[in-house]
Amino acid sequence: MSNQQIVSPLPGTFYRRPSPDEPHYKEEGDTVAVGDTIGLVEVMKSFHEVKSDKSGTVVKFLVDNEEAIMAGQPLMELRE
Amino acid sequence: MPIKNLLVANRGEIAVRIIRAARNMGIRSIQAYSEVDSDSLAVRLADESVLIGKAPASKSYLNIDSIVAAALDSGADAVHPGYGFLAENADFADAVESANLIFVGPKGDTMRRLGDKVLARETAQAVGLPTVPGSFERIESSDAAQSIIEKTGFPILIKAAAGGGGRGIRTVRNQQDFVRLAPQARAEAKAAFGDGGIYIEAYVQKARHVEVQVIGDGTNAVHFFDRECSLQRRRQKIWEEAPAVPVPSDVREHLCRSAKDFAESVGYRGAGTLEFLYEPETKKYYFLEMNTRIQVEHPVTECVTGTDLVRESIRISNGEPLKLQQSDIALRGHSIECRINAEDPANGFMPSPGTIDALSVPGGPGVRFDSMLFAGCSVPPFYDSLLGKLIVWDECRSSALRKMKGALKELEISGVNTTKPLHQALLNNKNVIDGDIHTGFLDEWLENYDFRLTE
Repeated sequence: MSNQQIVSPLPGTFYRRPSPDEPHYKEEGDTVAVGDTIGLVEVMKSFHEVKSDKSGTVVKFLVDNEEAIMAGQPLMELRE
Repeated sequence: MPIKNLLVANRGEIAVRIIRAARNMGIRSIQAYSEVDSDSLAVRLADESVLIGKAPASKSYLNIDSIVAAALDSGADAVHPGYGFLAENADFADAVESANLIFVGPKGDTMRRLGDKVLARETAQAVGLPTVPGSFERIESSDAAQSIIEKTGFPILIKAAAGGGGRGIRTVRNQQDFVRLAPQARAEAKAAFGDGGIYIEAYVQKARHVEVQVIGDGTNAVHFFDRECSLQRRRQKIWEEAPAVPVPSDVREHLCRSAKDFAESVGYRGAGTLEFLYEPETKKYYFLEMNTRIQVEHPVTECVTGTDLVRESIRISNGEPLKLQQSDIALRGHSIECRINAEDPANGFMPSPGTIDALSVPGGPGVRFDSMLFAGCSVPPFYDSLLGKLIVWDECRSSALRKMKGALKELEISGVNTTKPLHQALLNNKNVIDGDIHTGFLDEWLENYDFRLTE
């Protein structure tokens, strides 16, 4: 099975956790179900959850926490 | 030593505003910018510019070390923080002064004192300014909370002691909700502000948000009268006026004089604003907090007092005494500001970053557009959504409302969605026209208003 990517629906700043004191939504090796939150995108000071539209196991994150991203940019790679 | 080179540690329309003030004073401006702002209007207008980091604010406009290094490297002798970002960060003010640079604003210690809501309230009470009934210090136990609530009754607000800008506030309507929400409020305050302290105050219903502009030179202070900013969406101001419509002149006199006394009592230096809740029915006002920076809505005060507040505050940071005495400052006419944000009113005010394809700016006497826009400029997603502020002045409020309507019609911004339709709708609203509003008005009105119907 080939790997799949989850892309950001919005441009902005990507966060891997809900707040600085909390753990990451997902780590490499975690399973992801459709509808799971995998990160937050901050657009003009408003925060939007990024939900997975696929299921599988996290192979790797393609962007770092607090990295600037474009709409449509791949955020993580999943293995089915 | 007079300022010769001013580093602008901000972006957007306020950076442009500061650059223009510097230019008018013969000061060389140096714009600090993030990677994504390299072709911004501020960078274009400044005499020089210096890169401070990557796009996310935490790596650029909030990076104290990077900004101080940029100031030193570029030969700046002063730093202007604008509003937002590091403007009310006491450690930043201290870091700038430790580098032997002038900070355009109050001392770090003044910010610490006024940034703590509890200490700020005590300062207000000491000069005879009433504060909203509630706990005058952090609530440490549920017993202490109960005895306060017996005095205030419900509804109440739970506020984070270290919060600000409308954040860290929640409304509680009854005892059951209080028991449930108080621990949540503490945890959130701890996460958001690094300080779990909370306090409780009575929720003044149908309140108006009234504020008083002051400038101090560290010893003396003057006030520039009042503004009203009750039209807020989710506690963010979107429309401001000067003077405040509901405040009668005898109340105004006392309110403004007390604000001046407050600023002098803390040896305030720079531009600042005291925020109040005003209850028109009882003519009572309550001190909320003091913002230790120039504010977004400062132009309406400039219009009705004929003063360049940004220039005055730069002059004072230089160590010069106030040029104006209180008797020099008079109110004339009425001014209104509409904030033009990159948000889509027809889609739940969804942020709308992008590129400006075309721009048409209104003009004529008493019309001012403070903005970061030019045709072809990019509106990045990384910062707040404020694109510009449309400001009008006229001899009376009804003329100002009419002028705003015309100016909004002339303003054309294409490429991103903006809040222009919101302001056009408000200008046709009877409550807004009559000045019959309160701080909860806009959120209530928006629940039933469909912008798609107007398009």
